[in-house]
Amino acid sequence: MTTLDLAMATVVGGLFATGFFLLLDRSLMRILLGVIVLGHAANLLLILSGGAPASPPVTGSEGPDGRLADPLPQAMALTAIVITFGITTLLLAMVHRAWQLDGHDEVRDDVEDRRIGTVHDRAEERAAAESDLPADRGERR
Amino acid sequence: MTAWLLVAPVLLPVLVAALSFALSGSRITQQVLGVSVLTLTLTDAVVLLVLAQRDGPQAASMGGWPAPLGIALVADRLSALLLTVSLAVALAVLVFAIGQGNADFGESSPVAFHPAYLLLTAGVGMAFLAGDLFNLFVAFEMMLTASYVLLSLGVGSGRIRAGMTYTITSLTSSLLFLTAIALCYAATGTVNMADLGLRMTQAPDGVAATLSVLLLVVFGIKAAMVPLHFWLPDSYPTAPTPITAIFAALLTKVGVYAMVRTQTLIFPRDDVWLLLTIVAVLTLLVGVLGAIAQDDLNRLLSFVLVSHIGFMLFGLALFDEAGLTGTVLYTAHHIVVQAGLFLVSGIVVRLSGTASLASLTHRAPPPPVVAGLFMLPALALAGIPPTSGFVAKFVLLQAGGERSGWPVTVLIAAALLTSLLTLYAMTRVWRAVFSAGPDRPAPRREAGNVLMLAATVGIVGLGVAIAVGAGLLGEISEAAARDLVDPDGYREAVLGGGDG
Repeated sequence: MTTLDLAMATVVGGLFATGFFLLLDRSLMRILLGVIVLGHAANLLLILSGGAPASPPVTGSEGPDGRLADPLPQAMALTAIVITFGITTLLLAMVHRAWQLDGHDEVRDDVEDRRIGTVHDRAEERAAAESDLPADRGERR
Repeated sequence: MTAWLLVAPVLLPVLVAALSFALSGSRITQQVLGVSVLTLTLTDAVVLLVLAQRDGPQAASMGGWPAPLGIALVADRLSALLLTVSLAVALAVLVFAIGQGNADFGESSPVAFHPAYLLLTAGVGMAFLAGDLFNLFVAFEMMLTASYVLLSLGVGSGRIRAGMTYTITSLTSSLLFLTAIALCYAATGTVNMADLGLRMTQAPDGVAATLSVLLLVVFGIKAAMVPLHFWLPDSYPTAPTPITAIFAALLTKVGVYAMVRTQTLIFPRDDVWLLLTIVAVLTLLVGVLGAIAQDDLNRLLSFVLVSHIGFMLFGLALFDEAGLTGTVLYTAHHIVVQAGLFLVSGIVVRLSGTASLASLTHRAPPPPVVAGLFMLPALALAGIPPTSGFVAKFVLLQAGGERSGWPVTVLIAAALLTSLLTLYAMTRVWRAVFSAGPDRPAPRREAGNVLMLAATVGIVGLGVAIAVGAGLLGEISEAAARDLVDPDGYREAVLGGGDG
């Protein structure tokens, strides 16, 4: 069981908040930045889970308080950094392709979903129009 | 020996993927390589299944590091069974893809398809065999990265749009998974799942509950459980048929598998899980109601897929041996049935040139062979008696009947209603696509490419085999569920003497 100091907890929390905020944007570039920041937040948390800062994970070179850092989270963070890096590159390529094809980098709506929505709206309007007609006549009488 | 058997489903496809990429000049070589390596891993998976069924869980530690520290690969009955079924489906879908690629593109089919496809199967295999959380994360990343490539292979702004949605959603879930791993490690000092199960009991209740729900959300996004399903019906239908089929069959099921594995092994509980019960009811109903509203054939099938994830959550929500038996059986059956339906839909769309049900009603119906190939998995999905779906649903409902309390009653009612509505959705497809009518041209004679048809027949045949061999499969599922409820055998295999 390791505990987190307040400063680091604030940094990780801030990174997560920023990342999710950017992720909610409609511009793909900002979403990509959000993913990068979120990746940093997760990786930092992973490193922090191995113990307090300033103690190296090498025997014979203990930190100021004579403690060793746990090397396992560092190995995992390294793997995770490589993975997030690779995927960021892929995303960047896709954003660029979207920009090439569409001329902008906004997230677009699901066309088919829109269509089904309008079909439903029109059916409702038609039903409403049909049920309104007899009611109008009734009022006139 | 066992160690090699366990490594093979991961290592072989990765190595062959590299080879396939290097030899991308020759289409035939790529195809032969892909089919032969998948046949080989399928054989390997069958051997693992026999070993796991006979001797219990098989485990191996990689690189000479013992279990809690090193990377462990484990094959118990559940993972070996799902691995076997998945690889069989992956092989059939690859044959279908080769047929379609030859017919549609000839020599100009995309170079990256075969390597990406093999990496996808390697990722799926590793996810089933992973013994620790971090390895599971790496497996997910491998599988998802390959799937990002497959989904956005073709040009076209529709594909890119759908691909972005899919990639960003999956990526968010992966980063949350990484966060969960970090928190698990901070709380317990281990990421090995067998070890985590032991140490999580000493963690405070609040910490364990938070991690449990965080992992549920992570795998819930991947498994497309409502309300985390929005990305799926948006992105899957835009891909070419074989890719949609393999995604629908495998990716969501890997999410379900990971959910079952982590929740039973790390956070065991004694009673019905209310949260998951509610989620299962929502998934069942929202999915199937969404399916009824659709006009596009592939979108309809995608919504049905979401809905039927609810059946798998059903068994997990009950959290007992009978319920988990149902989940295992349902997952195995659904991999086959869903892949079969998407392949048939691919053949229909190719023949008629449209996926819209409204337009399909005016086109000539596909030949009777294709209609038969659609009917078998469609009936299995709805759970009509002699099919595989009936057996799986029967086990689930029976397990539900043994538990008391109103949430379970609601869940059973929702499951029955969903089966009925699934049948309605399938009837709609049948009427629009296959039924003859006075104002419709006569059915077509030609059924398209032979390889595509053969692959579909293979998958549908596998579904029939599951129904026929339900006794044997039920036995394996029951034993798998017993292992899940009482994971001592799993722990012993991983933590003690797992030197391979």
